Amino acid sequence: MPKTGINLEKYLRRDIMPSPWCPGCGHGNILRGILESFDRLKLDLDKVVVVGGIGCSGRTPYFTNTNSMHTTHGRALAFSTGVKMTNPELTVLTVMGDGDSVGIGGNHFIHACRRNIDLNAIIFNNSIYGMTGGQTAPTTPTGKKSTTSFAGSIEAPFDIVELALAAGATFVARTTTFDFQDMPDLITRAIEHPGFSVVEILSQCPTYFGRINKLGDATEMLDYEKDLTIPGELISREEMIGEMPIGVFREEIKPEFTDQYRKVYSKTEDVNAS
Amino acid sequence: MKPDIMRLIQGNEACALGALRAGCTFFAGYPITPASEIMETMARELPKKDGKFIQMEDEIGSLAAVIGASWAGAKAMTATSGPGFSLMQEHVGYASMTETPCVIVNSQRGGPSTGLPTLPSQGDVMQARWGTHGDHPVIVLTASSVQTTYEMTIEAFNMSEKFRVPVILLLDAVISHMRENITFPEIEIADRKKPVSTDNFTPFSDETFLAFGKGPRKLVTGLGHDERGYPKTTDGTIAEERLKKSFERIDQHLDTILRYKSYFLGDAEWLIISYGITSRAAKAAVDKLQGVGIATGLVDLQTLWPLPEKLIRDLSERVEGILVPEMNLGQMIMPIRMVVEGRATVQALNRADGRLFQPDQIINAVQKMQQKNGQSISKPTNIFR
Repeated sequence: MPKTGINLEKYLRRDIMPSPWCPGCGHGNILRGILESFDRLKLDLDKVVVVGGIGCSGRTPYFTNTNSMHTTHGRALAFSTGVKMTNPELTVLTVMGDGDSVGIGGNHFIHACRRNIDLNAIIFNNSIYGMTGGQTAPTTPTGKKSTTSFAGSIEAPFDIVELALAAGATFVARTTTFDFQDMPDLITRAIEHPGFSVVEILSQCPTYFGRINKLGDATEMLDYEKDLTIPGELISREEMIGEMPIGVFREEIKPEFTDQYRKVYSKTEDVNAS
Repeated sequence: MKPDIMRLIQGNEACALGALRAGCTFFAGYPITPASEIMETMARELPKKDGKFIQMEDEIGSLAAVIGASWAGAKAMTATSGPGFSLMQEHVGYASMTETPCVIVNSQRGGPSTGLPTLPSQGDVMQARWGTHGDHPVIVLTASSVQTTYEMTIEAFNMSEKFRVPVILLLDAVISHMRENITFPEIEIADRKKPVSTDNFTPFSDETFLAFGKGPRKLVTGLGHDERGYPKTTDGTIAEERLKKSFERIDQHLDTILRYKSYFLGDAEWLIISYGITSRAAKAAVDKLQGVGIATGLVDLQTLWPLPEKLIRDLSERVEGILVPEMNLGQMIMPIRMVVEGRATVQALNRADGRLFQPDQIINAVQKMQQKNGQSISKPTNIFR
């Protein structure tokens, strides 16, 4: 449970409220998780940049009382790369939806993973395109319905964790809005991790995914998330098949991009020494 | 680089050197012929100046990274050619909407699509102005030599930083790859204007700018927004007002933005309006025409957008005819005809076969126009061709 008595007011840009999120949407829970991790890390908000893409999740930067960029669909990581390279002192949190990050932004996503640049990709996965009215996403499970797959999706979905692992991200975790007490911890660990971090968070969309697939209201959808996932921290890839494990799947230290850039190109070091 | 030193360098190299002279500290790009040497030079030179270079996964990401870098405080640029420029259009709009200083170089090659790699073209002049969706302020510059490539790259940064607007510099495959002797004249370098006080600073009130991490926290969005950056999408009048202000910022500084070179305009009865590499053949043509007593002048446009409308209008009052040679099927002739409004004959001369104009072709076209005009002054029936 979130500790009572934590006042997250100062982390919120209150004067821009209300949010566009529907009643019962899980994204507010994720926002809370992000703000709580800011509090745990005692971050200087002047040195934090939250970058969002387009879609329901893309609005998150409005509500964090940080430097905020609401960018274009799928490109948030590319914007973040320019910010981080120019000023590595800044803590950059990149918030994206599922369609945003691995649909239209798939190319930027895998390359940010590969580069291991110290960005923190927080992926709000509600399995559907919410803002545009409930169309099939690259994460929509096979057989689940949407406004563009009325008979159920005939495609296989991306598993964002597997994709991030394969592409080379060095911190990879997944949780759900049901397991909201884990969120601040995972986001905190992601921010602390010196490399590219991916935290996928399953989020309920009662308005579209839930309604179209008859999964009930927000609380029933939380139960759906609970049933769908198993705590499976660091379980083997073979065991992952057919299950959606949650937890931390990779946490390893590898050369980080901006650090490597500094080391290799620093004027004080002789590049041709060897 | 000492101003009096003369060096034999390539157009793309001159572009990179101009960018470095202007204070560029960030470059993101993706390989494409004929622009790649700009990226290669920046990859080599930027780290020496504590600058940052990154080769991105595509051109969409390249301009996104440039905009991110600009908001983190860097003077930032990218360089590409037609196909990459098409991919960048999404973020030309974002840069425009968010009043982000950045420079985009497009070394034009024959299009559409993969087109004619890598023959020169001037086919992207309309795209440079109108490529992204929506009304948007943008400045478009051109260069006609390796020397002016160096100079106009510096001017591109200066204008972008001063007016907080994306500036597009159009080169072409020939300018990019040819080598000429150039000098490095002293050009004043402009930086973004800082607010007098950071208290109550709002990021979209005027051309003053503070990077992330400096002054109050900022909110930047591609949505229609107010001077704080707060989205205002239900009442469109606020977004319209911001947009108009961005345009006004350009209109109010036309004296510094509009650049052109004029040649024999004094007694000209015939006028050639050209830009980029075509101006070189046009200049040679003017010399020959003057030699045979045909009073012909030249305006070499270095700023394409905004178009120097007053200059063209004034000249159209006193010349018989205007020839617009372009390495495309007729693009800049459209706004030129609109400005001239029938006060003089406006004649197109086009080629899109990836070859440069020869001076003789331009001479012939002027002479034909002269003969035709002697019979009857015919107004163009279709301004689009």
